[in-house]
Amino acid sequence: MILRPFVAFGLFSIALVSIAVFAGGCRRSSDPNAVKILNVSYDPTRELYEEFNRVFAEHWARQSGQTLDVRMSHGGSGKQARSVIDGLEADVVTLALAYDVDAIRRKAGLMPKDWQSRLPNNSAPYTSTIVFLVRKGNPRGIKDWNDLVKPDVSVITPNPKTSGGARWNYLAAWGYMLKRELGDLSKLHDPKSADAVAKANEKAKEFVKEIFQHVKVLDTGARGSTMTFVQRGIGDVLLAWENEAFLSIHELGPDKFEIVVPSISILAEPSVAVVDKVAERHGTRAVAEAYLKHLYSSEGQTLAAKHYYRPRNAEGVPEEYMKRFPKVKLFTVREVFGGWEKAQAEHFNDGGVFDQIYKP
Amino acid sequence: MTLKQHSILPGFGLTMGFTLFYLSLIVLIPLAGLLLKSATISWDQFYAAVTDPQVVASYKITFGASLVAASVNAVFGLAVAWVLVRYSFPGKNIVDAMVDLPFAMPTAVSGIALTAIYAPNGWIGRWLDPLGIEVAYTQLGIMVALTFIGLPFVVRTLQPALEDMDVEIEEAAASLGATRLQTFVRVIFPAIMPALLTGFALAFARALGEYGSVVFISGNLPMKTQIVPLLIMTKLEQYNYAEAAAIAVVALGASFAVLLFINIVQWWSRRYAA
Repeated sequence: MILRPFVAFGLFSIALVSIAVFAGGCRRSSDPNAVKILNVSYDPTRELYEEFNRVFAEHWARQSGQTLDVRMSHGGSGKQARSVIDGLEADVVTLALAYDVDAIRRKAGLMPKDWQSRLPNNSAPYTSTIVFLVRKGNPRGIKDWNDLVKPDVSVITPNPKTSGGARWNYLAAWGYMLKRELGDLSKLHDPKSADAVAKANEKAKEFVKEIFQHVKVLDTGARGSTMTFVQRGIGDVLLAWENEAFLSIHELGPDKFEIVVPSISILAEPSVAVVDKVAERHGTRAVAEAYLKHLYSSEGQTLAAKHYYRPRNAEGVPEEYMKRFPKVKLFTVREVFGGWEKAQAEHFNDGGVFDQIYKP
Repeated sequence: MTLKQHSILPGFGLTMGFTLFYLSLIVLIPLAGLLLKSATISWDQFYAAVTDPQVVASYKITFGASLVAASVNAVFGLAVAWVLVRYSFPGKNIVDAMVDLPFAMPTAVSGIALTAIYAPNGWIGRWLDPLGIEVAYTQLGIMVALTFIGLPFVVRTLQPALEDMDVEIEEAAASLGATRLQTFVRVIFPAIMPALLTGFALAFARALGEYGSVVFISGNLPMKTQIVPLLIMTKLEQYNYAEAAAIAVVALGASFAVLLFINIVQWWSRRYAA
């Protein structure tokens, strides 16, 4: 088809006008009574922050008289951190693991070194843990981590190289084996049992390697794995965040899946932080700080529990939410792996333990 | 030959200036950035990054699957284009429009849809599963996704070439005693060969860079079903921009070589076939 000249010219003008309109739309409005912040978060917090933002905006309007507009950005935690490093103007970040927040400090210097101690509980207002989602009736009889390596059991987990959530899965399995070998995790810090610890770590490496030999699909993110397990019907057990597992059951019906809580698991601490340099530039520090503090209030904790995150402080959280969370022995990344930076370098960076699992 | 050729059409300076500016802005500057980024590591690190067994395996998978997908499209895309050009049938416009759908769909949507269909519990997967054929989460799945996204390139480049060819030429060949096969091999094929090669090259190039649809259907197992763009993503996930750029530079260089080769073949076939 040959465009007539005036049609072509018309199309060209439309293109130019739309560019102009689009560029104009990007400019900031400057109403003194309206304040905007951007919260850059990871995937499974969508529902939580949708509700929390509404509640906090009302709270903020009462307190300061300003109308607050909280905009959200969701995606894989690592990818979100990278966006902030590359210049996405986040006033606050609420990511899946401290390592990603710390990357923003290390790579872009947008916050001070002590960011994690500025808020209570390691700057993680709610927690979660890693549990197993199995098909109704638990046909494979999966009760604990060692059942994952039974013959013919097929495991679904995302790839720890691309998914923050999957790193928790991997470390939880590792910690289980250490606990089984050592009996007591405090031996990890006892110089006298260094030999036993080295042996236990060797065992744990074998164990984790064996688990990944039972993995048929390594999705890039946690939601992808959930879909593979739930909708494609692949695998016998999905290693998932507790909140994701609850959400799957809630959305797809309890007649199809059930949750199995292992004997021991990891305390997953999704970290939150004000991005100082950006908030200062935007003049939003006060509201950004109040926003994160409000997550620790009983209102914030209740909303976290409602959306299947374990609250830090059960006071004031209705019993109907609290009874969802079974008691389970939890260990932290710090006590078993000496913090995220160390765990990342040892296990997940190139040439680390995870890569060795897949060495030909 | 003088450097400046005089042309009857005015405006050469302005349009050429615009072309250079536009190409620099859209293509050259980002590519230069990529090269600069990969130059921030030493040559040894660069070499180690691109020869890691996982990386080499993913190059093989990406280039292999793209080649297969582009070849499948070259054969079946030709059939589709032929039918759309030479015959008229009810609903032809709708079929014609359907060819463009893989262009228009967000690639993630295509990936999820294809996975849903080819998973062992999907519409097609459930019939293949008893036969022992696994598509989703294997290399075959990667090829299926790449074939899907590459189809429009072949069909759309072949259509004008076929439309330009008069039916009379075929009739002449037949009246001079050529068999159907001879007519196709000696008369039709040489005429559409350049267009077919272009379509093949475009589909191939598109497949090399495809990420969105493949990650859903491939299973992403290192050494088995991990594609190059995914590996680049995992490097970025470790904030290792330089090595990510290094892998990208090698992939880009290889694709450029392949495309250049196809262009040379095309130029050669145009020159000597005529």
